[in-house]
Amino acid sequence: MSSITFREALRAALDEEMERDDSVILLGEEVGQYNGAYKVSQGLLEKYGPERVIDTPISEEGFTGIGIGAAMAGLRPVVEWMTFNFSLQAVDQVVSNAAKMRYMSGGQFSVPIVFRGPNGPAEFLGAQHSQALQSLYAHFPGLKVVAPSTPADGKGLLKSAIRDDNPVLFLESEMMYGVKGEVPEGEHIIPLGAADVKRAGKDITLISYSKPVRMALEAAEALAADGVDAEVIDLRSLRPLDERAVYESVMRTNRCVIVDESMPFASVGSHVAWLVSRNCFDDLDAPVELVSGEDVPMPYNHGLELAALPSVDKIVAAVKKALYA
Amino acid sequence: MPEKVLMIALSPTMETGTLARWRKKEGDKVSSGDVLCEVETDKATMDYESSAEGTLLKIVLPEGGQAKVGDLIAIVGKPGDDISALLAEAGGATSPRAAGAKAPLAAPSTARPAAAAAAAAAAPAASAAAPSHGARVKSSPLARKLAEQKGVDLRSVRGTGPGGRVVRRDLDGLAAGAAAAAGAGTAARAAAPVLQPGPGDQVIPVSGMRKVIAKRLSDSMYTSPHYYLTVAVGMDELLAARSRLNSGRDRKISVNAFLMGIAARALERHPRVNSTWNTENILQHPTADIGLAVALPDGLITPLVRDCGHKGIAAIDMELAELIEKARAGKLAPQDYTGATFTISNLGAMGIDEFTAIINPPGSAILAVGAVRKEPVVENDTVVVRQRMRITLSCDHRIIDGAMGAAFLRELADMLENPLLALA
Repeated sequence: MSSITFREALRAALDEEMERDDSVILLGEEVGQYNGAYKVSQGLLEKYGPERVIDTPISEEGFTGIGIGAAMAGLRPVVEWMTFNFSLQAVDQVVSNAAKMRYMSGGQFSVPIVFRGPNGPAEFLGAQHSQALQSLYAHFPGLKVVAPSTPADGKGLLKSAIRDDNPVLFLESEMMYGVKGEVPEGEHIIPLGAADVKRAGKDITLISYSKPVRMALEAAEALAADGVDAEVIDLRSLRPLDERAVYESVMRTNRCVIVDESMPFASVGSHVAWLVSRNCFDDLDAPVELVSGEDVPMPYNHGLELAALPSVDKIVAAVKKALYA
Repeated sequence: MPEKVLMIALSPTMETGTLARWRKKEGDKVSSGDVLCEVETDKATMDYESSAEGTLLKIVLPEGGQAKVGDLIAIVGKPGDDISALLAEAGGATSPRAAGAKAPLAAPSTARPAAAAAAAAAAPAASAAAPSHGARVKSSPLARKLAEQKGVDLRSVRGTGPGGRVVRRDLDGLAAGAAAAAGAGTAARAAAPVLQPGPGDQVIPVSGMRKVIAKRLSDSMYTSPHYYLTVAVGMDELLAARSRLNSGRDRKISVNAFLMGIAARALERHPRVNSTWNTENILQHPTADIGLAVALPDGLITPLVRDCGHKGIAAIDMELAELIEKARAGKLAPQDYTGATFTISNLGAMGIDEFTAIINPPGSAILAVGAVRKEPVVENDTVVVRQRMRITLSCDHRIIDGAMGAAFLRELADMLENPLLALA
């Protein structure tokens, strides 16, 4: 166990998997000579050479398609998108090819590929580059979507994602790359589809994933001062979704607040809220609350930007509403 | 959108309310929290605070009228709102239910059981035809599940969530005893035949309070196995202490205040007596909240003084005096008479030597107090004259076994005989 940053944990996962399996390759913009836009792939070109760590042209549709083709041909590519905002260029490759190939070929082809990069708002990036796009990818059957919140989870889930025989979208965040945490050295695997209780509590269930988990934990501490004992569940994986962990918690606490930094309409958060409302109906003492990003293009003005994001205050207010406090 | 104002349960046991007085007129502005009207419940006259905002468009229930919990009594909205649909719906909802309620009474059920059964069968059909959303109670799904488990009628619960929604906390206070009581009450009602009045019988209508007394005391007697312990207590020292304490006081501290204060201290030493049978477990209460039965012209009520163990005799007496005054004026609020963990009933002033009382739930024991009399007593083989009083403890055997009840009563008697012991 050592305390390392999120980017170092991801690098360890990549390094260990590339070491372990020659078919694992990394491709994307600036992943090689520049060591990655966010330095996740630092040192990998030197260690594994230009055949396995490939700098691509600035053409998301092109290198995403190359990755999918390589996966169909038997490699296990990791495609780095400099940000998920740029992945909009490559949506057709992911949705029409990666997600459908196994199904439409009757199982003749599988697509063992990981698409990874930072997703979600990261301050001062403007409306086009501040989007949380998980609900777009989570919408399509055939894709797995993973969104860790800690360095240890990042390492364990990325290793599982690389070994998975299906396309996996792996969501990171610019704001998390420098966050440190205890990470087990060597083989550390977390299965896809297992949520994690980040804080046990009995009065209310806070459900989140990725970057806002930390905010939910801070809100839980603030609420503890008011005598409210909140449970924080980190979904970690959006597809497959660990419904059982969610329902078990809500059935104990009878109240649920979901924290999701993407826009609220047709989001992962609104979908989970619907699942909880339907499957825990008789155990709910209050409507499920959703704390999300506001339903606006992200403002560049920083004050407005912060107001458009979830916050500890917004979470505490939603909890109090659900507690009728 | 005009909003319906429904009769709500203003006491835990209220099923019907009588409109005593409208405090707002049609056309008056209404804010949330304003007192709309005064409603006579089964126990007291309560202020009905509005949860709606707007203008009082229509008074549906006139002063003096009766409405069941959940019935429409008024409509609040914006001037010009169309309220005809709400009125039509209320008309449809209330009249068949009233007819349904009358049917079983009209049927001579003892003489012709078949006809009674037919009438009873017809009644639900009639009310089923009525639109039921007129009486819908907003409640969380969890509250509905808990209410079903406890056998509580949600219409009898006052919702504290948004818009009067019944939520879990509104049901938490209701012990499962409420379920047991409701169950037993139903059984008792089903078993009791309704007789046709015989020649010369005077038919006396039953007041709301009388119904509550009948139901609660029957439930208590039928569900809790009572047994009784009696002891004679020498009162010379306590009465001497009382007159010393009262000399120079304008208002004399009552014997009842002494009884409550000393009983609280005895309960502290025997905490199991201060508890509630809760079907699956026993709730032992942290404070002695002692009720005192107070006779009223048509019935009785047991206002209670909370946490008597931490109050002096004078403070208890002061609270008691206020409560008795409120009780006689019909102004007790539900929290003034709900939830006694122990009760005292004193018929000494009526010259009764000793009697047994029926336990007042959720308590599990009640003390029946007789008159103080001068009696010959043998002390050191000599007959002396002493002031003595007989007290009888009724115990719920589900919680208090004979030896436990006896130990409590012995300690209480010793403290009454020698009040200094209460301080020890």
